[in-house]
Amino acid sequence: MIDVVYFAWVRERIGLPQEQIETKAKTVMDLVNELRAKEPRYDAAFADISALRVAVDQELADFDAPLAGAREIAFFPPMTGG
Amino acid sequence: MDIRVQAEPFDAGAELNTFSAGLQDSGAVVSFTGIVRDVAPGLKAMEIEHYPSMTAKAIKAIAGEAQTRWALNNVLVIHRYGLLAPGAPIMMVATASSHRSAAFAAADFLMDYLKSRAPFWKKEIMRDGQSTWVDAKATDEDALNRWSATSDSDT
Repeated sequence: MIDVVYFAWVRERIGLPQEQIETKAKTVMDLVNELRAKEPRYDAAFADISALRVAVDQELADFDAPLAGAREIAFFPPMTGG
Repeated sequence: MDIRVQAEPFDAGAELNTFSAGLQDSGAVVSFTGIVRDVAPGLKAMEIEHYPSMTAKAIKAIAGEAQTRWALNNVLVIHRYGLLAPGAPIMMVATASSHRSAAFAAADFLMDYLKSRAPFWKKEIMRDGQSTWVDAKATDEDALNRWSATSDSDT
């Protein structure tokens, strides 16, 4: 089981802030593809990967990052702090 | 290093006075305060979402990088989240160093990185009921690139 969290418009488009997912995905991209196949709202949220950022266990990561040992994956748009 | 992520407002002047007190070794203190700016046709509030378990950690890493690049005697970062009215302070940074060039450069670096690498997302809620997520700008990424090009030539 892995915790998947969503922020900003990704959270709004998917319709929930957090969920637990049973997955055998080896990389972030594998997980994205599993989610996209799940329901149209996921497919829509993940349609343009270049508009998204990902964090693995609260550290920014790439979409080809491995998921081995990871507990929490977060998907969100580019950050707008400051 | 003093890092605070909070919903509550802060008094930028009081924070700057506290930060500056007792810094005998520092000839320079630079501070920046970000304020919620009204936008046409009228902003009701700015909503700032963040990633609670990541935010303070990410800011500490950014401030730590600034301390590695410049000889800083102290660094302060305050960043708010939640619903903020136009005119309210969103965040502030302050840096203290022996000389002004390092204090200015480090504050500038902190602002560029906080904008694009700290997990905050802004949503504009307008008076007419519309609301939109603020898009990151390509110029924000360009701003980061200049730090990898110039490194710490101006310490």
